[in-house]
Amino acid sequence: MRTIETREITRNIKEMCIEANHFLPEDMKCALQAGADTEESPLGRQILGQLQENLQIAAQEMIPICQDTGMAVIFFEIGQEVHFTGGLLEDAIQEGVRQGYREGFLRKSVVKDPICRENTGDNTPAVIHYAIVPGDKVQITVAPKGFGSENMSRVFMLKPADGIEGVKSAVLTAVKDAGPNACPPMVVGVGIGGTFEKCALMAKRALTRPLDQRSHIGYVRELEQELLQKINCLGIGPGGLGGSVTALAVNVETYPTHIAGLPVAVNICCHVNRHAVRIL
Amino acid sequence: MERHIQAPFDSKTAASLRAGDYVYLTGTIYTARDAAHKRMYENLQKGEKLPLEIEGNVLYYMGPSPARPGKPIGSAGPTTASRMDKYTPALLDLGLRAMIGKGRRSPEVKEALIRNGAVYFAAVGGAGALLSRAILSSEVIAYDDLGTEAIHKLQVKDFPVIVVMDCQGRNLYEMAVQSYSRE
Repeated sequence: MRTIETREITRNIKEMCIEANHFLPEDMKCALQAGADTEESPLGRQILGQLQENLQIAAQEMIPICQDTGMAVIFFEIGQEVHFTGGLLEDAIQEGVRQGYREGFLRKSVVKDPICRENTGDNTPAVIHYAIVPGDKVQITVAPKGFGSENMSRVFMLKPADGIEGVKSAVLTAVKDAGPNACPPMVVGVGIGGTFEKCALMAKRALTRPLDQRSHIGYVRELEQELLQKINCLGIGPGGLGGSVTALAVNVETYPTHIAGLPVAVNICCHVNRHAVRIL
Repeated sequence: MERHIQAPFDSKTAASLRAGDYVYLTGTIYTARDAAHKRMYENLQKGEKLPLEIEGNVLYYMGPSPARPGKPIGSAGPTTASRMDKYTPALLDLGLRAMIGKGRRSPEVKEALIRNGAVYFAAVGGAGALLSRAILSSEVIAYDDLGTEAIHKLQVKDFPVIVVMDCQGRNLYEMAVQSYSRE
């Protein structure tokens, strides 16, 4: 049994909220550069150049990459040999978000109630997904999610007979509908299988997979490549202002499902595909 | 075409703008996003006065992140415009000259742009740090209780935008996607 003080969790979450909102992971930077190298449209290339300049300014001057510093989505994978002391884990995580968004000059974008809509003033609560895994480590992923792209995400409950062609059609429909609203070039997270909520969660998790890492399942890897190619033929382009770089990557996750179903979730992320990862 | 324009600007200038023009705005613009639009709309329905002059002005759909000490504003890029569509025709009919946002607009907004000779600009979404450099000052002038969603008066210098919808009904999103589509 390993013991972790919850104040360590608070400190790490705070730092990760600030880090994720100012620095993109290396694979995202490489993908943007690759996009700038291949984009056909002159205006598209200009926009991709501005996005790269934006990243430099954000890092140098500590200005958030995007003013929508998101709702904090946190994946918390807990080794089952770990024991937490010093207070409730959930409280420690929310306190980390609170401190990170206050001290990091991040925007408070969360309202207490979806209908009454009063701002909570500290960007809490975060949306936390816990998983119990083997071992005595804790892996934390903080992925602040902006809502320009979140609003364009979809769940499709397909029929088994729709098959892989139905999946492709669903993903392309979601991306076309998203168009300029989702701040392309986007990253497309797809979850196939499971249940209604499981496919949505897989789609979200897929966004945190490094863009240079393809699925280890043969047909899924081919699907990722084919979808990326098809999306980049839609003409949407950077900023939705036309071009050949509409998506930087398509990451697909799968899970067993029911004999009667083929759930597909498409979680779209803008080019500010933020996530910070730490292992304690 | 590249244009340098002083904001606010007159209807003649608006009428001269074409979808696809790259425009640098210098002068005064105002922010308003979801909550401020809802409140302005309710003010209008009750016959109350709006907290700013709509006629001739430019609204920027933006809610900034907090400014660090010594800076006029935090990150300050555009938010999705379609959420304001419900409220927009009424503001355009009051003389709103232009809006800055990102993403598609409704057919009702398109009609109201044509009817009133107004334009819809896009700024680059997700480039809030870069765009903040074109903002010289920011002051909350109304709905202070809305926090980031309050109405801010901004002084901008060479703020970069692109005309997406002009007052003749042209739409850059539709035109540009057609030219690069290989479906």
